[in-house]
Amino acid sequence: MDFEVILSYLPLYEEALLLTMRIGWLGVGLALIFGLLGAAVVHLRLPVLRPLAVCYIELFRNTPLLVQLFFLYFALPKIGLHVPPDTCGTLGLGLLGGAYMAETFRSGLDNLPVIQSESAQSLGMNRMQTFRYVILPQAVSSSVPGIVANIIFLLKETSVFSTISLMDLMFTAKDLIGMYAKTLECLTLLVVFYLIMLLPVSLLGSFVERRLRHAEFGD
Amino acid sequence: MQNLGIDVLFKGTNFIRLLAGLFTAIRISLISVTLSILLGLAVGMLMTSRNKIWKTIFRIYLEIVRIMPQMVLLFVVYFGSTRVFGWNLSSEASAVVVFTFWGAAEMGDLVRGAIISIPKIQYESAAALGLLPVQTCLYVILPQTVRRLIPLSINLITRMIKTTSLVMMIGIVEVLKVAQQIIEANRRTSPNAAFGIFAVVFLLYFIICWPISRLAVYLERRWS
Repeated sequence: MDFEVILSYLPLYEEALLLTMRIGWLGVGLALIFGLLGAAVVHLRLPVLRPLAVCYIELFRNTPLLVQLFFLYFALPKIGLHVPPDTCGTLGLGLLGGAYMAETFRSGLDNLPVIQSESAQSLGMNRMQTFRYVILPQAVSSSVPGIVANIIFLLKETSVFSTISLMDLMFTAKDLIGMYAKTLECLTLLVVFYLIMLLPVSLLGSFVERRLRHAEFGD
Repeated sequence: MQNLGIDVLFKGTNFIRLLAGLFTAIRISLISVTLSILLGLAVGMLMTSRNKIWKTIFRIYLEIVRIMPQMVLLFVVYFGSTRVFGWNLSSEASAVVVFTFWGAAEMGDLVRGAIISIPKIQYESAAALGLLPVQTCLYVILPQTVRRLIPLSINLITRMIKTTSLVMMIGIVEVLKVAQQIIEANRRTSPNAAFGIFAVVFLLYFIICWPISRLAVYLERRWS
């Protein structure tokens, strides 16, 4: 292990970390939006939209991100849709994550006792109000463990971005190994930088989960 | 459709090659899943033990698997370990090692969850009947946990299959790599083949994974 080499590589890895984090978190944000919309459409049984949402969720949950990215990045330009790599990465992560998040939110929604919506109705709330003020807050809090697991999963999945020529951590490591063959140093840095990126999320996630379990309603 | 590469798909043995690539991916994931389930059962049972040292070791193991991308693990094993220890590891063997390392932790966590969800009265009744700890485990706890575990381990299979798409990065020729080769080979005659071929790969993964995840959902509903 050569520490001078490690020091000289640090700036490159830092830059890559920033890019990975940016795309990763933007993707997570998109995923949350897609997931909420998808789950709401499925749960409220909206006509026309529901089968579309179900198709989307099943299609993206049952295919790997790598294949989805290849499709977005290499296949879409052939029918005239050019997407730049970083948009591609964010969009791909958002679409994949959206499908996972939708499943998580949906199971949170489905596991709520029916009495909650019945009581809301008997109080004179309409369907939209019931969903917005009664169902959604409870469903979101009960799906937090799933959401945290999904966020970590999505941030981990960013490691495939190197295949669509985004200069993320994986790309940097591969590139440096290819040029200078300092395999050990490069891989150590790679592991350390992924730890820096994900360990806080994982720890914070466990903390939030414990806090929320405190706030759980009933028994 | 002509210019979107569907014709390329059926030219020569292209389609057969794609399926062979898919089979490679499935073979790696089935081997890894089998090993993961076996090791995961052991890991899960050890995780429920009250020994502090075991507990700490498994916590760290689980945390590593939870936050390290599989791609990083693949690189560490395939490029790193061979460099440090100087041994020879084929790319397929490294893939199996990494996926088993990952799968055993996931499976272990599921097993642990299933074991601690068994009510305490089951253990106490078994003890009252005079069963040994080994007998309790084998005849009382395991049969009950297995039923909860089967849907979850089926889910693990689909996740394994999806993750095997990463192995092209360490030089295994699986379906995605074959797709790239076909596209490259036909670049001149059919420049738009990327669309058709990648769409087919997308569908192939879906056709394999979707029925398996439906089965898991069905079993979960039926047995819960």
